[in-house]
Amino acid sequence: MSSVWIEACAVDDIEEEDVLRFDHGGRSFAIYRSPDNEFFATDGFCTHQRTHLADGLVIGDTIECPKHNGRFNYRTGQAKGAPVCVDLETYPVRVVGGKVMIAFDQA
Amino acid sequence: MPTRRDYSLIGRDAQAAVASGLAVAEWYKTDLPRRRMKELMRRSDGPAIRDTLIWLAGFLVFGAGGYLFRGSWWAAPFFVGYGVLYGSSTDSRWHECGHGTAFKTRWLNDLVYQVACFMIMREPTIWRWSHARHHTDTIIVGRDPEIAAMRPPAMLRILSNIFAISSTWSTVKHVIAHSFGRLDEEERSFVPEMERAKVFLVARIWLATHLAVIGLAAWLHSWLPLIYVGMLPTMYGGWLTVYFGVTQHACLAENVLDHRLNARTIYMNPIFRFVYWNMNYHVEHHMFPMVPYHRLPDLHEAIKADLPEPYASTLAAYREIIPALLRQRKDPEYFVKRELPPSARPFRPELHGAAIAAAPGDAASRARAS
Repeated sequence: MSSVWIEACAVDDIEEEDVLRFDHGGRSFAIYRSPDNEFFATDGFCTHQRTHLADGLVIGDTIECPKHNGRFNYRTGQAKGAPVCVDLETYPVRVVGGKVMIAFDQA
Repeated sequence: MPTRRDYSLIGRDAQAAVASGLAVAEWYKTDLPRRRMKELMRRSDGPAIRDTLIWLAGFLVFGAGGYLFRGSWWAAPFFVGYGVLYGSSTDSRWHECGHGTAFKTRWLNDLVYQVACFMIMREPTIWRWSHARHHTDTIIVGRDPEIAAMRPPAMLRILSNIFAISSTWSTVKHVIAHSFGRLDEEERSFVPEMERAKVFLVARIWLATHLAVIGLAAWLHSWLPLIYVGMLPTMYGGWLTVYFGVTQHACLAENVLDHRLNARTIYMNPIFRFVYWNMNYHVEHHMFPMVPYHRLPDLHEAIKADLPEPYASTLAAYREIIPALLRQRKDPEYFVKRELPPSARPFRPELHGAAIAAAPGDAASRARAS
């Protein structure tokens, strides 16, 4: 397994306090832009049921799932209570030349 | 002997729904630009604080009126009002705060949720999880624990719930079982292990509270504590919960993945909408549960071109529901088929047809073509 950096989107593709879907290699991610203009990445689907978080609502450091309102801290992936009980996987993010890059293991 | 439709959450149709891909599936959603959607989902405390203050003032006015006129018939209208607030308006407060959308501030949602759950006698943890399942698998047979009118409909149970008789009796039995640390098999199918201690704790608190109210009434030699708090106001004020609640999904298509076909949007007057916190926009709520109740009219305007024609009033909905319920007693395969506007996109009709045809004798063609 090796970690690779992949371009997910342009900085301007995501508004502040919002989220964007990014699919790559059969996997799906959620890319976040925080209110203080930082970028983060997590797995795309809610750990409760298979609903994509990119349709959800970003409030501060929290992403709320659009289906059952399960909440996660998208900086840490921590599940913040029912109906979500399992944390989200998070991924390193860096911004290079106006592009948002995320790193994940590739077989 | 099992009926042809097995609504048990651990039965034959539950397994069939999983096997056919109807369980935990992707549902139809009307396309809306992300920016507009974010604007509709945005949280705010203002509307719910305003409505909650009016709500609490209603309790005070009706409660005080009932007390002042106690012993005379003049107290009756006050207790009707008090009962509707206690046993019916709490349905929507429980619901909206359970979704966490009514208030922006989390603890306000949680506080009103717990209070409303106690008033309407819905155990908070059980119903949080059952409602999550209801949204995942809305009226999917064998998956949804909150189907109000099954096929064939249990008319006696529906009618008894006009005064919350069947629902209260069921809750009392469950609260006692939970206070002893027992969950039944169906509850275990949707309440995760880590949440169960909360169920038992709240059941014990509820039981102690109800016993304290009964004790107070006995000590005072008065019915008044029981009329204000506990099971009685849930029951004598619960009729509007049923009047509204039955309209949400009754007699519509089961086993479809499109809320336009299995939920009703009904235009209601402002008083009903205050009591019901806009849950009359039920298609919209199911399609986008993140939108707070106070933005549902705006959401309706944004997507109505993609939805079936709304019902003009609650009575108009009942003109459809009552004959359909009566017909389903003899013909459980009958259902009301909602027509999409010509411009609307059907969603996975092949799956809907297959699911409906799965049971022997089923046929979509037997549905009423409205």
